[in-house]
Amino acid sequence: MGYASPYLSPMVLEFTEAGIYCPPADAYIDPWRPVPRALITHGHSDHARPGMGAYMATQAAAPVIHHRLGADIRMETTPYGVTHRIGDANISFHPAGHVPGSAQIRVEVDGEVWVASGDYKVIDDGLSEPFEPVKCHTFITESTFGLPIYDWPEQDVLARDLNAWWAQCVAEGKRAVLGVYALGKAQRIMKLLDPSIGPILTHGAVEATNKVLRGQGLILPETVPVVDGVDAKSHPNAIVLAPPSALGSNWMKRFGAVSTGFASGWMRLRGVRRRRAADRGFVVSDHADWKGLNWAIAQTGAERVFVTHGYTAQFSQWLREQGYDAGIVQTEFGGEDLDEAEESAA
Amino acid sequence: MKEFAALFTALDQTTKTSVKTAALADYFATAPEDDKIWTIALLSGRRPRRAITTTKLREWAAEHAGIPLWLFEACYPVVGDLSETIALVLPEPKNRIEKSLSGWIATLRGLDNAEEDARKAAILEAWDGLPPIERFVFNKLITGGWRMGVSQKLMTRALAKATGIEEAELTHRLMGDWSPDNVSWESLIEAPDPTADLSRPYPFYLAYQLEQEPHELGDVNDWLAERKWDGIRGQLILRGGERYLWSRGEELMTERFPEFAQLVDFLPSGTVMDGEVLAYDRDAEAPLSFNKLQPRIGRKTVPKKLLAEAPCILMAYDLLEWQGADLRQTPLADRRAILEEAIDALPKDLPIRISPRVNATTWDGLAEARAISRDIGAEGLMLKRLNAPYLAGRKKGDWWKWKVDPLTIDAVMIYAQAGSGRRATLYTDFTFAVWNGNDLVPFTKAYSGLTDAEFREITAWVRKNTTDRFGPVRQVTPHHVFEIAFEGIQASPRHKSGVALRFPRMARWRKDKPLQEANTLDDLNQMLAQYG
Repeated sequence: MGYASPYLSPMVLEFTEAGIYCPPADAYIDPWRPVPRALITHGHSDHARPGMGAYMATQAAAPVIHHRLGADIRMETTPYGVTHRIGDANISFHPAGHVPGSAQIRVEVDGEVWVASGDYKVIDDGLSEPFEPVKCHTFITESTFGLPIYDWPEQDVLARDLNAWWAQCVAEGKRAVLGVYALGKAQRIMKLLDPSIGPILTHGAVEATNKVLRGQGLILPETVPVVDGVDAKSHPNAIVLAPPSALGSNWMKRFGAVSTGFASGWMRLRGVRRRRAADRGFVVSDHADWKGLNWAIAQTGAERVFVTHGYTAQFSQWLREQGYDAGIVQTEFGGEDLDEAEESAA
Repeated sequence: MKEFAALFTALDQTTKTSVKTAALADYFATAPEDDKIWTIALLSGRRPRRAITTTKLREWAAEHAGIPLWLFEACYPVVGDLSETIALVLPEPKNRIEKSLSGWIATLRGLDNAEEDARKAAILEAWDGLPPIERFVFNKLITGGWRMGVSQKLMTRALAKATGIEEAELTHRLMGDWSPDNVSWESLIEAPDPTADLSRPYPFYLAYQLEQEPHELGDVNDWLAERKWDGIRGQLILRGGERYLWSRGEELMTERFPEFAQLVDFLPSGTVMDGEVLAYDRDAEAPLSFNKLQPRIGRKTVPKKLLAEAPCILMAYDLLEWQGADLRQTPLADRRAILEEAIDALPKDLPIRISPRVNATTWDGLAEARAISRDIGAEGLMLKRLNAPYLAGRKKGDWWKWKVDPLTIDAVMIYAQAGSGRRATLYTDFTFAVWNGNDLVPFTKAYSGLTDAEFREITAWVRKNTTDRFGPVRQVTPHHVFEIAFEGIQASPRHKSGVALRFPRMARWRKDKPLQEANTLDDLNQMLAQYG
């Protein structure tokens, strides 16, 4: 899996079996095997994994990581933009706009700057710290949605569509049940919902993350956790936010007549929408779309780009044609997986 | 096209038949007449001639989107639909063109004889003037292959709801050789002239597979049993001195089967028969394999050599019209009696036979007759209620397919490929192999038979166990054994294994079965010797 560099500029980061490795700092970024020292971009489970000797993350990302990996992990936190000297490397964290607390990690060794961006999106979602381009020589980018077919609607269009659907459900005497990621997507969508239509009910996995985020000072709309006695009768006008895996399960029976929806970037594709057999698909993602990826890469001023998870072959070829020195790196990052069940276990 | 696009969206946003029917009925009650006719045409598979090649559409779309053609081509398999891919990559529309569905179709047809520059300009103008969903619909009008999640049956039900005309009657009115150019709403739907189209077929009655025990059907004497023949379902129409042969897919196959021309001289005008077109050995009085019939299906005209190699007959099993009278409400027993008498009176060298009754006085007796189906080139039995009318479409109750159990073989999955369209994110297309010594020899592909959950599970496994890639195809570690079910087996020099299967599908994922216990090429060859 190691990447044999054909390039003359130094490799500040190396791609190893365990993850993205920085030799001068003796630390890994988002490693997928247990290592002594891990720098974590954000709390999603394919980036923050258990078993590391020590963790470092932003102050805003730490509570969720603790919530998921345990209170007893060794964790050092940092504000955004503060440079830490680790070994012979200068390391700092910068907003990635993906979910609250998410970061791109900037690594500088002898004046050579690399940025590992983890997962990112470039629009302001009204919840996460907005993406900040960081100048660098080498940029490591995801490509979850790295094809020109992926183009996200504006946030206000999304809000209008969501609320129109919810209002229609209320008019038809149905509950709106929306499948969303528990961390990030759920809270982002809550903030787009119009509270005058009805109450927001939350599945346990979503509410647990709400609690963590509220605990660190984020302002979220009022939510009603789904417990015994919370059902179609008690909350007839409700919208219900639940992890995708809960849709179609027994858990949903309490809501009586429902209209189901999924909120994901994959909903851009009619085939995927239809396969999910949900009534509605809302195109919304915490990953950058095609334009966003291209914009972000241009902003970094990088000459060399490594493409991790997603449409790596297509996107790196495209970048090469745009004049970048672009290559593919195999990682174990998952991107946006509709069928990810772990969210409900969190 | 706003109304049509809204209809499309409404249909696309629901999986519930009742909601779809209501949306369609609403559309039929309110849309302009020209648009309604075109909607019916599109939903029943009658599309306008393709004015632009898909090659040009791809080039223009890539160019207009500012991306290289290879990148457009890389997007297509991900989306799984060309019209949608184009709609997704194009830049935001610049303006808003308001034009009806029939207006756009007229525009497209006007391009038939235009120069390429003019065609391109017209298409780009449309793309720039339509919001995304209308763009997609517009592209579909060009490329055809229209599917809106609406069967013809569902559309007909909605039409019935909107017009108050009975569903079976509408089904019949919508059959045959019409196009929006030669009919109006009035002449097609409201007040059709039954003599206007002599070729018009009756809707086929389609049987369901028998799921209960046959004795649950009641007294065996209430049922007619026949062989289930393995040919092409056909409706032969003799009217006004002409003959027409329709396939079940409502395709005219008349010219492909010239042997039926002579029947016009022997049977009265106003005769319509339902039966199976079979390649047939007249000397042995036995059907030839489907394999022999196959070359005749694809060709519009038939060379003499092929006519001699694969002579065809109609194995008639029902009479829908006799001496010009519609017999469909007459009980099967009576229809069958007239049919038997009519065919018995014909010279034996004519290419027509009556599908023989399979006689038994008990269900067990029929079960025994069914057991030998494969040996005589049949797929099982058909059970038809003797006092039943001839219904329209797939209806439960009076006709049942009682097929023999499929053949099965346990095979190892060795290649996987992602599906397209609604299955684009899953690995659903697999290649299977059997053992030949220590080698695995691929012998079939299969796409269906697993649940969505199983497809998700195998997809995750494929991602982690890929050993090589050839374009979209992944070679995987031989590990999983599947039971492959199929309906027939033939020798095939084109395949490495030397055999080709009919209707292969995954019957079961044999997680219990170790790799080494999958079947062998010898096992396949034995099946070939027995059933090929």
